[in-house]
Amino acid sequence: MYSRAYKALISAPPLLWVGLFLLFPYALMFAHSFFLVRDGSLVHHWNLQNYRALFTNPLYLQVFLRTTRIAASVTLASLLLGYPLAYYLSFHAGPRKQILYQLVIVPLWVSYLVRGYAWKTILGSDGVLNGFLQYLHLTDEPVSFFLYSPFAVVLMLTHIYTPFVFLPVYAALEHIPRPLVEASQDLGANRRVTFLRVILPLSIPGLLAGATFAFVLSLGDFLAPLLVGGPSATMIANIVQSLFGAAYDWPLGAAISVCILLITVSLLFTTERLEKRWSFK
Amino acid sequence: MSAGTISPQSEAPLHSALLEVCGIAKSFARVEVLKNISLQIAPGEFLTLLGESGCGKTTLLRLIAGFEQPTCGEIWMSNERLDMLPPYKRRVNTVFQNYALFPHLNVRENVAYGLRVKSTPKTEIGARVEEALRMVKMISFADARPATLSGGQQQRIALARALINRPRLLLLDEPLSALDANLRKQMQSELKALQREIGIAFLFVTHDQDEAMALSDRIALLRNGALEQIDSPRKIYSRPATAYTAEFIGQTNLLRGEIKNGVVRCGALEWKTSEAHGAALFSLRPEAIRIATAVLQLPDAVCFRGVIRVQIYSGASELLEIAYGENQILRARIPATGPLTGEHEFVFSAADAVPVTDSRAASGSRAV
Repeated sequence: MYSRAYKALISAPPLLWVGLFLLFPYALMFAHSFFLVRDGSLVHHWNLQNYRALFTNPLYLQVFLRTTRIAASVTLASLLLGYPLAYYLSFHAGPRKQILYQLVIVPLWVSYLVRGYAWKTILGSDGVLNGFLQYLHLTDEPVSFFLYSPFAVVLMLTHIYTPFVFLPVYAALEHIPRPLVEASQDLGANRRVTFLRVILPLSIPGLLAGATFAFVLSLGDFLAPLLVGGPSATMIANIVQSLFGAAYDWPLGAAISVCILLITVSLLFTTERLEKRWSFK
Repeated sequence: MSAGTISPQSEAPLHSALLEVCGIAKSFARVEVLKNISLQIAPGEFLTLLGESGCGKTTLLRLIAGFEQPTCGEIWMSNERLDMLPPYKRRVNTVFQNYALFPHLNVRENVAYGLRVKSTPKTEIGARVEEALRMVKMISFADARPATLSGGQQQRIALARALINRPRLLLLDEPLSALDANLRKQMQSELKALQREIGIAFLFVTHDQDEAMALSDRIALLRNGALEQIDSPRKIYSRPATAYTAEFIGQTNLLRGEIKNGVVRCGALEWKTSEAHGAALFSLRPEAIRIATAVLQLPDAVCFRGVIRVQIYSGASELLEIAYGENQILRARIPATGPLTGEHEFVFSAADAVPVTDSRAASGSRAV
């Protein structure tokens, strides 16, 4: 057995790390959300004005709803792309499985920024997509709504987060014992029924984990709207960023952050419980 | 091989086969797992596929279930070509080796699965599930999850689930191998009783020869993907066709001899035979050898003197290793008699020395 001193010694660094760089900043943020800015300087005076502003100013609610909508679209699109891909790889790819798996993973090694700029190049008015459409004479002049729209943000985030959906779904599918699939067919179920009654229910934990990744990561994204979104696709994180930056209203920014944090944490908690409910030994 | 010496207790020919396997072969990546297998299963028959691991018995089962496609050959089920159909269209059901119960469904839902996917009316499902659970004595566990059940209980549920579709043939892939010895014996007799009661043909895969002997109407012994012998347990034991069969099923003494002018000579042993001239191999079961006494009268008795080298006591019987002739050894199993030493007079009936094909020379198949 390990001595108490040894245990304390070994657990001190991570505890210190979490305390110093996670819990302490959260506490600071939480405290700031109850302060005020008056005449360009921070006033340490406890009040609820920031939260009141959040719920009364329709602008914040509007941006928040848009953010949720974009995150939900990204989640749905990533699932629609990632799940069939994972299903194909796990059940039907045969010997090509490993190479295809690597091909899905490789984009994760490319910087997020690089991929953002790539989409900018593809979607822009003199970009690859418009050039192609004009070459085919499908359009006479550049289509402008590809770039700087919520659509562009959804497209870029879907591209980035699909592997995050793919991975947990693939892991869940790989864990389904193949005799279960055979048993289902043996009992008279064709492929479609086997998928709906056996494979899909048993992959729900992976599906939930993937959906949570896509939704939570999209919810807090600020680079995609910045790069390809434009003013019509401003998301809640952009508001926070500008409040902490140019607007110099840390308390309001902190209040929004606290709200996002609460939403995220309760979401994680809920999906965690759902995943437990759907996992069977 | 000698058809002439086969005992009169042969079985009736199969007039109407339920399932017919015709010249089936299967290769995985150029490795031939099954070679030209042909056999028939009669309605209501309990047929066991017996063999060492890797002999192809599970592959044959999977071909019949439809999980694998044969490389060549055909499978027929009463005038319907089976091997072209997907598994879900075949009227066979499988009990899997590790049961393969659906973990997200409870016992009742597991058993109902086969009916539900065929959109059977709800009222009928309820009644038939109840009936199936009663049959395997698991009605009180209807709402339990499979993970909470013991191996034997899961086994029963797997049986009920496979039988609910009323298959014409039930395939069982080493269903008892995961159970401990006592439970295994109990499940064996329950399985046999159940099979008699419902009258469905069973195709049972096992590597355990005792299990095969205890359960089967007929045993098909597979060896390296080929059919070695297919016969009733009594016949396959008393009249093994090959040395491999004789050694795989039970214990035996293999005697290598020479036949000349209707007389067999195996070292110091000699007896009359109707076999043709030449080298021959005989299987003599240990229990066929007895200590000679004045009252013991055997037909065509072959007597010899031997020295007891080893005596192993095992309750009802004892195993003797007898040295005779020029350093030859025979094993005999005799009723327990107490400690024995020294030289004795032994005897066996010439009819019990069964001519067998030398397995090393040819793994000949003798499909019936």
